[in-house]
Amino acid sequence: MSSGSIRAQGLYKVFGRDPASVMPLVREGIGKDELRDSHGHVLALRDVNLSVPEGSVQVIMGLSGCGKSTLVRHFNRLVEPTEGRVSVGGVDVLALGPGRLRRFRQSGISMVFQRFALFPHKTVRANVAFGLDVRRTEGSERDKRVARWVERVGLAGYEDSYPGELSGGMQQRVGLARALATDAKILLMDEPFGALDPLIRADMQDLVLGLQAELKKTMVFVTHDLEEAIAVGDRIAILRDGEIVQNADSQELVLRPADGYIEQFTNKINRARVLRVGSVMEPPNPELASPLHCSVDMTLEDALPRVSASPGEEAPVTDGDGNVVGAISVLRILVAVAGGRYSLGDGSEDRLKRTAG
Amino acid sequence: MPEWLTSFPTLGEQLLRSVRRAFDEAYRSFSREYGEVIEAIFDPLLYLLVWFERLLLATPWWLVIAAVCALCYAATRSRKLVAWTLVTLLGIGLLDMWEDTMRTLAIISVSTLITIALGVPLGIAMSWSDRLQTVFTPVMDVMQTMPIFVYLIPVVMLFGLGKIPGVIAVVIYAIPPVIRLTNLGIRLVPEDVLEASDAFGASRRDKLIQVQLPLALPNIMAGINQTIMMALSMVVIASMIGVRGLGQPVLEAVTNQYFALGILNGAAVVALAILFDRMTQAYGRRLRAIK
Repeated sequence: MSSGSIRAQGLYKVFGRDPASVMPLVREGIGKDELRDSHGHVLALRDVNLSVPEGSVQVIMGLSGCGKSTLVRHFNRLVEPTEGRVSVGGVDVLALGPGRLRRFRQSGISMVFQRFALFPHKTVRANVAFGLDVRRTEGSERDKRVARWVERVGLAGYEDSYPGELSGGMQQRVGLARALATDAKILLMDEPFGALDPLIRADMQDLVLGLQAELKKTMVFVTHDLEEAIAVGDRIAILRDGEIVQNADSQELVLRPADGYIEQFTNKINRARVLRVGSVMEPPNPELASPLHCSVDMTLEDALPRVSASPGEEAPVTDGDGNVVGAISVLRILVAVAGGRYSLGDGSEDRLKRTAG
Repeated sequence: MPEWLTSFPTLGEQLLRSVRRAFDEAYRSFSREYGEVIEAIFDPLLYLLVWFERLLLATPWWLVIAAVCALCYAATRSRKLVAWTLVTLLGIGLLDMWEDTMRTLAIISVSTLITIALGVPLGIAMSWSDRLQTVFTPVMDVMQTMPIFVYLIPVVMLFGLGKIPGVIAVVIYAIPPVIRLTNLGIRLVPEDVLEASDAFGASRRDKLIQVQLPLALPNIMAGINQTIMMALSMVVIASMIGVRGLGQPVLEAVTNQYFALGILNGAAVVALAILFDRMTQAYGRRLRAIK
């Protein structure tokens, strides 16, 4: 297994006085409320299995209290599981002794926190240097790295400020630089932008996407905002009451939600901006000769003007190499965007056509 | 009515007297046996105290004033406080209390240093262990509420009259605030900041030095401030066991009914107290402002 992959198997977490004593009940499937009211223990995670390949972004999503912050803290062992296995880069994290666990946290994995958790008595520079200081990276190497990351997150000129003098967005930039400065391959982001204004949040998402394109970290990104999840995540795991309900990419999640709970999340978003041509196209139609092509990774919103300008309101779809791999029509787009009430491939297009006709 | 209902049935004069006597005998023989050894252990402290007192007395008065003013400015960056320091010290000198003030300054400084050297580590230990905290809290309550004279008795029995028992009495009386506020300050460090340092693999020592102590420092300074105030309030009592300084003239004034002498020396103690208080507080505020 490569050094940046993460794997959790059969993870259970129960909070309370004697978690081991209630584990048999938990495995039998006792409800969260019953466990709390009759046995005084809180079930945070139930049989979580998750595998994050190196270099990809795994989003963990759910409402507050669903266990997402607890789950992410298992990967650097800030929280010990009641049962289960966690391995990072092929190393069994739960088997590490105190010294090796510290070294693993110093250079293998780093973290960004929801409430920033900056050191209020240290300057921006000293905050960013913290991870390097605790592993005794000293002198010019330390200063060079700190300067590079302070610059990269857009804080040049603020090196000597204290966190209390900065706005929320800038404070989280410090948090990001602090996490990046250790050059860890894995980045845990615990609702990093949850405390920020929407506009600043969009800025920070762009910053993270830019960094990710450049650095190819393995990232576990916790959020309660589906749009953010779709913007940053390769895969999105949705957690409810400590269980993963569905773990899929954004297209799958929107087109084929596993149950009503997932639908509640997905039915409020703008499907035209999320769904891509490749996810909803039909097989290639050799009769199409439109000069206007759409590529597979275009969003439906971007594709719509081209398709509607094509003869017969239908256009060929090409992949990255320019090969024709499918066809897309305005009707097809409308059905996909309407979602829910109509589904692809069950004849609803014909019905729509007739109604429109 | 039987007698035990009208007057409290005691254990009996005979029994109590013999218990007390046995206790006193045991302590007396202990102090006879180990008194010299214990005194020898405290010798370095005595040297330090005597050396510092001589240094303050031998240094020309204007140099001492300049040094105190420089220290004040370094700690507080406040010209106003430096001016107030200057006026206070000049006034004390003009009223012929310079020597006694220097002696008091010496014992207060040494006691405060010892208090910090013992109190801060104890406070840190208490913040790490809840069990230690439950043991120490009542001990400190006793240290602060027990009438001072009561623990002067065994100290004087062990060391005789002089500077060392004075310092020990001052330290016992004045150490609880430093311990309490160090403990409190460390416990008040926000959980999320500690979690962040854990997440970056900080060792316990790094966490203490880089995160907990700096964030607890304003509280620790408040504890040191309290300690100095309490040490100064012990000056007169310490003079009863032979500690020279501003307390002695006060004692003399009480026994001889010299009202003016008492007021002047008392005022000098108060002036010193205000000086130290403002200095440590301004320093603490500066630490807080950095945050």
